[in-house]
Amino acid sequence: MRGITPSQTVGPFLKIGLERDELQYLVREDADGAIKILGHVYDGEGKPVPDAMIEIWQANIHGKYAHPDDSSEGAIIEGFSGFGRSCTDKDGKFFFVTVKPGRVSGRGNTLQAPHLAVNVFARGMLKHQVTRIYFEDEIESNSEDPILNSIVEKAARNTLLAKISQSEKNNFVYSFDIRLQGEGETVFFEV
Amino acid sequence: MADFEEYMRDGQVDHPPALYEDYKSTVLRSPSRKAVRLEHTLSEITGPIYGHGPILEGEDDLSIVEGEEAQGQRIFVSGQVLDENGKAVPNTLIEIWQCNAAGRYRHEVDQHPAPLDPNFVGGGRVVTDDRGSYKFTTIKPGAYPWGNHHNAWRPAHIHFSLFGPAFVTRLITQMYFPGDPLFPFDPIYNSIPNEKARERLVSSFDLETTEPDFALSFKFDFVLRGKNSTPFEQEKKS
Repeated sequence: MRGITPSQTVGPFLKIGLERDELQYLVREDADGAIKILGHVYDGEGKPVPDAMIEIWQANIHGKYAHPDDSSEGAIIEGFSGFGRSCTDKDGKFFFVTVKPGRVSGRGNTLQAPHLAVNVFARGMLKHQVTRIYFEDEIESNSEDPILNSIVEKAARNTLLAKISQSEKNNFVYSFDIRLQGEGETVFFEV
Repeated sequence: MADFEEYMRDGQVDHPPALYEDYKSTVLRSPSRKAVRLEHTLSEITGPIYGHGPILEGEDDLSIVEGEEAQGQRIFVSGQVLDENGKAVPNTLIEIWQCNAAGRYRHEVDQHPAPLDPNFVGGGRVVTDDRGSYKFTTIKPGAYPWGNHHNAWRPAHIHFSLFGPAFVTRLITQMYFPGDPLFPFDPIYNSIPNEKARERLVSSFDLETTEPDFALSFKFDFVLRGKNSTPFEQEKKS
């Protein structure tokens, strides 16, 4: 067995290598079913983190991942990669324009609620943190999701739910803030 | 759905902890609660392998901007991306960024009073070939001061971002150069608990692939997470 290459922080200058504004758009703003996910990253004192990067990975509307290891029956959608990246601005803000994914099978005989897998990188983070974005209006499927249900404390579970915030240009806008530490700390996963 | 293989977890102990007080910025940016263990699902064992646009010619060469050569020591950085099982990771995106030969990043936040180089931007991309190999041409980055503590200097390094085949193989790290006298004083390098693991971030000089009268060559291989050999069996759907 080979030893893994250890992680190191992205540092303050990550945008030189990683910022690509087009990766904030998984679909066009005027696409059918487009939603916007908008949020901020905050540190342990509630201050915005202006040098963070959020990456998302999701299935398409049929619950199918654009990946050879997904052997489920749903259809691939040409042009939808399922990957997004957004670097935070001076206010710690990030956003994505995408679609709500379909449900993906979970472990055993379960079905997961619509969700996005999320990686959080920043200066001051020696290794990225992993979280998930679920949707507050998916009440029924959320109640059946084994991972969401494994978080029993309500306040902690709530940190994983994107909230409907407003309607903008006929897009649904969800808000999802990430708190790295302290009050309202986002639930992070060890994967 | 079919059976799938989960990714191994044992090697994860070689990553640095979230909180490492000598690196001061971790103090307010590390979660205070323990991460919740998540058993892998389809969402973790798949990942963005087609998530980037086409790589353009020249993105692998940071040493030339619009035909003009950057200042400094020209180098090659090349190697192979493997997984823990020793299997090559082909067709995976690698993104890099770095400061110039004088230790200055082309970034508004970098106030280090070292010269900017008009012929150096400092970002590049490649995709590994069928055998997981990659190669960049660049300039050896300088060391630079930072505000972490009195007289703090970062050892020369290049930032590397890799995806691998799954969400859980994502890796961002830094590659260092052999024999750097700043290693003992750098909290970011020393945040990795295991000395052997730390040394895996140090490239090696290679005379064989050094090009006469042109560029020095440094070799650096990556090891990403690998799959467990015993597949996790999905229960049959009723």
